Amino acid sequence: MTTLTPAPRTVRTDPPHRPGKRETPNKWRRRIPLLPALIFTVVVTQLPFVATLVISTFQWNILKPGERHFTGLSNYGFVFTDERLRTAVLNTIALTASVVILSVLLGLGLALLLDRRFPGRGLARTLLITPFLVMPVAAALLWKHAIYNPDYGLLNGTLNAVYRLFGAENGPTIDWLSNSAMPAVIVSLVWQWTPFMMLILLAGLQAQPGDVLEAARVDGASAWQTFCHITLPHLRQYIELGVLLGTIYVVQTFDAVFTITQGGPGSQTTNLPYEIYLTMFRKYEYGEAAAAGVVVVIGAIVIATFALRTIASLFREEVSR
Amino acid sequence: MSTHQTARSRRTIRAVLVAVSAGSLLAACSGAGGSSSEAGGESINVLMVGNPQMEDIAKLTKDTFTKDTGIKVNFTILPENELRDKVTQDIATQAGQYDVATIGAYEVPIWNKNGWLQELSSYAEKDAAFDKDDLLKPMVQSLSGEDDKLYALPFYGESSFLMYNKEVMEEKGITVPEKPTWQQVADIAAKADGARPGMKGICLRGLAGWGELGASLSTVVNTFGGTWFTEDWKAQVDSPEFKKATDFYVDLVRKHGQSGAAQSGFTECLNAMSQGKVAMWYDATSAAGPLEDPSSSKIAGKVGYAYAPVDKTDSSGWLWTWAWAMPKTTKKADAASKFMLWASGKEYEKLVGEKLGWPRVPAGKRASTYEIPQYKEASAAFGDITVKSIEQANPTNPGVQPRPTVGVQFVAVPEFQDLGTKVTQDISAAIAGKTSVDKALEKGQKLAEEVAKNYR
Repeated sequence: MTTLTPAPRTVRTDPPHRPGKRETPNKWRRRIPLLPALIFTVVVTQLPFVATLVISTFQWNILKPGERHFTGLSNYGFVFTDERLRTAVLNTIALTASVVILSVLLGLGLALLLDRRFPGRGLARTLLITPFLVMPVAAALLWKHAIYNPDYGLLNGTLNAVYRLFGAENGPTIDWLSNSAMPAVIVSLVWQWTPFMMLILLAGLQAQPGDVLEAARVDGASAWQTFCHITLPHLRQYIELGVLLGTIYVVQTFDAVFTITQGGPGSQTTNLPYEIYLTMFRKYEYGEAAAAGVVVVIGAIVIATFALRTIASLFREEVSR
Repeated sequence: MSTHQTARSRRTIRAVLVAVSAGSLLAACSGAGGSSSEAGGESINVLMVGNPQMEDIAKLTKDTFTKDTGIKVNFTILPENELRDKVTQDIATQAGQYDVATIGAYEVPIWNKNGWLQELSSYAEKDAAFDKDDLLKPMVQSLSGEDDKLYALPFYGESSFLMYNKEVMEEKGITVPEKPTWQQVADIAAKADGARPGMKGICLRGLAGWGELGASLSTVVNTFGGTWFTEDWKAQVDSPEFKKATDFYVDLVRKHGQSGAAQSGFTECLNAMSQGKVAMWYDATSAAGPLEDPSSSKIAGKVGYAYAPVDKTDSSGWLWTWAWAMPKTTKKADAASKFMLWASGKEYEKLVGEKLGWPRVPAGKRASTYEIPQYKEASAAFGDITVKSIEQANPTNPGVQPRPTVGVQFVAVPEFQDLGTKVTQDISAAIAGKTSVDKALEKGQKLAEEVAKNYR
């Protein structure tokens, strides 16, 4: 889809060396190899969405066959008035914002460190990237059992070991997932997303023109000044790209919530994807779930477009300065 | 970067965004994949819950059933919650991916009403070796339709009871009564708490879910005189009895319950108990098998058993069975029925006993199981109390008042999965200390009233 949009434009801007009459068939001859891909893309992306739109106007509980009927926009009414969905929206925002911000900050720090030369840099880089390569479900299981478990988890184990160092018989048994479920999910996601941010920012750092840095040094700028006035503005677009991509993916987080907390305690960590999952697979209300899904997609597109505009205007300011 | 470039990159990024959101939508929509095809010989697809008894049958089938009949069996094993997602999807959408699925006492009446299940009495009666009359009556009751025909064959049946670590109780000088009250259990839990370093008094399910916390809690509500709905569909979630039971439960598990209580269900408690982290455990009778298995349990042979604790009623155990059902969509009814009859039959029980050890027999469904000498010996500690608990469980009248549907620890209407899940989510939060029981039940009452509206 990405490549499809600019394609016709490229054709149009071609030098007009062909006679006008032959242009139309020629254009199509060029497009023919592309058509299967185009049709495939439309079929696999747009048709399901249309189907979802249609389903969202039905009262449809699959456990009650025969009671399916058209209900207009009442499912949307439900989506906008349901208290649980409102909580889910707030949780999604909190989760996404904190994960993205924290992982960008950590990623920036790591990228700055990795930008320097030191023995074993390749190895360090590989190790740092690893969390991003772990499958989300596997990572979530790892955090839930190996780290947060109050009985045999690493966190309490370490605490106990420290307590024992100071002569206590046993440390406290802290129930991380009940006491601070949201931070627990956030930490596991930050662990997973920091490498991604680090990679993008590292690419940005390494694309920094050396002569500018050198000029700054010659002019007597301190390291901090160089970072604030040269590196950071240069990194801006990379940070923005990271934030944008990170947001798009973290909003959809399902594995971590499902595996680590099951949305609990209560609905403290229930985010939108998990709430929609519950509507679909516990309540079996397909209409409601579809309506919620449509609202989420529209919301995501609106927010993303908006964010993109802001970013683009920032770019312009930057250039004109 | 020129403005033109920016605009183009903006367009590109927007296109990426649209593609990403559409893609994620697509991912959400794509359902189960295609079924596997077989080369020569017949094969059936079986979907089952990931309990120890099912793991056993998955291991044993190839060398016995497949060898004898030539029917290849492809097993899919999922945890309880995910199993329900998948099996409901498959059957409700008539996808027909599975020929046999394990479902429980809750699903049979609802699904049967929807016409999703194949009637099985005719298969069971044709097979003399199966001996249908040997099945325990509560099992037959909960798996029959209104036409008195079987719509699922029980694989194993269970009630609930109290399990305790005998060594710990002896050390502490505690005698656990055979028929304890909940108050007695709470007192014992307080005494046993901390009997060993890190040991807690009792393990009670705290994980949200109508089939997890919902099951244990409902039996306590029943015996405290509460109910989800009255006979004429009045929601009772905020009634004094329901509240008293929930307060008691939450209080007990908060004070003397296992660590990580809000996240532990059957599996977590099984671990905690068999690893000696808790002194008592109130849960399914079928847990006795794995607890008595020395290969997985540190306390095998040291477990005592008592009836489900009570308050106002004489008994309070739940009634559950995992049973084999055949979706109407199957095209391999014959092969599927052969498998089901084999898996629920007497010969299979003997096979498990001989190959894997007698405590692991999928019991609780047949009277004859408790007459097998080897099983009698192996289940000496818990066999008798299991079968009595099952027989005492009364699915039509489990509390102190008449009910609108049949079922001990559930209300047999489609909405209950959602209602039970949401209410237990809030009670689980109360166990975690994040909300109060009052608030949880207040919210629950509203949800329950919504459900009741559909039936009044």
